[in-house]
Amino acid sequence: MPRELKDVLHDWEAVIGLEIHTEITTSQTKMFCGCPVAFGGEPNSRTCPTCAGLPGALPVPNKKAIEWTVLSGLSIGCDIARWSQFSRKNYFYPDMPANYQISQFDTPFCFDGEVTVEVDEKFTWQRYDRGTADNVKAVEGDVDKGYNARIGVTRIHLEEDTGKMIHVGGSDGRITGAIASLVDFNRAGLPLMELVSEPDIRTPEEARRFVHKLRNIFLTLGVSDCSMEEGSMRVDGNISVRKRGTTEFGTKTELKNMNSLKALHDGLTYEIVRQVELIESGGKVTQETRHYDPVTKVTSTLRSKEDAQDYRYFPEPDIAPVVLTDAQIEEIASRLPELPDQRKDRLMKDLGLPNYDAGVIAGDVELSAYFDEGLASVGKGRLKDLAKPFANLVLGDLSAYLNAEGITADASKISSADCMELVGLVHEGTISGKQAKEVFELMVESGASPTTIVEERGMKQLSDAGELEGIITAIVEAHPDQANAYRGGKTGLMGFFVGQVMKETKGQANPKMVNEILGRLLS
Amino acid sequence: MALTQAEVREIGLIARLNLEDGAIEGLQEELNQILTYVEHMQELDLEGVAPTAYSTDFTDSLRDDVRVPSLPREAVLMNAPESKEGAFLVPRIKALGIEDSREDTAGGGS
Repeated sequence: MPRELKDVLHDWEAVIGLEIHTEITTSQTKMFCGCPVAFGGEPNSRTCPTCAGLPGALPVPNKKAIEWTVLSGLSIGCDIARWSQFSRKNYFYPDMPANYQISQFDTPFCFDGEVTVEVDEKFTWQRYDRGTADNVKAVEGDVDKGYNARIGVTRIHLEEDTGKMIHVGGSDGRITGAIASLVDFNRAGLPLMELVSEPDIRTPEEARRFVHKLRNIFLTLGVSDCSMEEGSMRVDGNISVRKRGTTEFGTKTELKNMNSLKALHDGLTYEIVRQVELIESGGKVTQETRHYDPVTKVTSTLRSKEDAQDYRYFPEPDIAPVVLTDAQIEEIASRLPELPDQRKDRLMKDLGLPNYDAGVIAGDVELSAYFDEGLASVGKGRLKDLAKPFANLVLGDLSAYLNAEGITADASKISSADCMELVGLVHEGTISGKQAKEVFELMVESGASPTTIVEERGMKQLSDAGELEGIITAIVEAHPDQANAYRGGKTGLMGFFVGQVMKETKGQANPKMVNEILGRLLS
Repeated sequence: MALTQAEVREIGLIARLNLEDGAIEGLQEELNQILTYVEHMQELDLEGVAPTAYSTDFTDSLRDDVRVPSLPREAVLMNAPESKEGAFLVPRIKALGIEDSREDTAGGGS
């Protein structure tokens, strides 16, 4: 019976660094040639002498891809290199036709950045030293209820993506047992940013929040579609463990194939426990690359470090160095949009949303845009009252609907303005909160506006004090036993009376008024 | 700094050269001659001299993000020893003499 993460964390600390490759899918063309950046289509239909590695072809860097990389670096507080060069990374594998990949080595465009991740209450237990660690800060005073952790970013460099290989003759397209491989260079040469984090990550949840945050930032910038499933964002982890209280690094393994946030969390968890069990049973961690299988949730050896290659990096002689002036960097910085952290601050400070609501909305690009659209559909003066109930609706019924449909907010059939309208109807007392739920379901079914639904169905809330008083008086008189029992102390009977009133009014009575009138008549 | 025969074999492995046993001694001698030559250069005082990687002073030779037509697929595959379904067909990776089992995941040889 394998142990669980929480069993090993008491004595052991994990040290995790991530390498994140992100394709600049927003780019029109590849990194060093004018072939289109696109997906799907026939194999080798988007290649030219440069990206097919034909002799004599000259690579010329894509200016826009460099700007996207600099923008990405600026968004996480990186310094930007004033002078950079590309380098050749030599290796023997058929996924690059030239037998080398053009990358960067000693002069990445961006370096020394940082990302702050927020870990919520459910996962604070993973961070054993949350009370004492230097990079950890409580979100709202109590570190058990949620904390921020600062994760350093070593660098972001720019390189070209490799071709795709399909291994034939083996099982599942994997290399084991394959008799041959099919190579498609459509992806070869796509602009690819590689971000390397510092080994500042201590828990699987911090790793997951780090990638989630970065993805959210890159989506906000518009640099990439960041699809982990389809491979436009790919995460590798470097993991080692050490006894608590020691500072020396243990032997690390590199983990690949974590192609969802869940796989990232679960793969790291498995690997941490595996290493601890291995060491505790007298074994030694071998420096190697391991493959995570999301189905069995197990990691297995892919290749050992004895196969380690010497990449023989050297400056790419076919490409002139890139110089960036302060003015150019400032111009690129001026393109920075409102970033997720700023977005969250705005929702909290300007609208008074609680940390949780603001975090969930700001943590989702589509939901943020949807939310802002709703805010823009009503006058600024009403936002103070409507923002919180609107957030409740967006995070409650709307999110449930989106989840059920498996879509993101931008594909919602229900417009943001309609949601805000519904919130307004409740706030004005036209319909009750309970009726609003019903109206929302009808909006999903018919796509009609909430006002239309309320009018067509005659769902208006009954708020006429005189009329309600009459109805309620009659009900109290019709149930003298219950009324007396209530007055005698059985206050639980209030529910019975409210139920009767709602039955009588077909659920349209204003609940606040019903409570007030009942309370008075039964006292 | 003279190379041992073991180091020559190691270099051969990294360069993916299939070195015959009989060739090692000769290569050791040639490589050591080259190293001796390089050692002469190390006698020069290069304090304050930046490494030279480029033969010109050009910088920022960049291009706009504008598409140009790709090659017809037949042309791309024309010189391939073997192709199948529009893809280059390469032999089993182990058969290339590479003790490697990379999966098609992250970028480059990393």
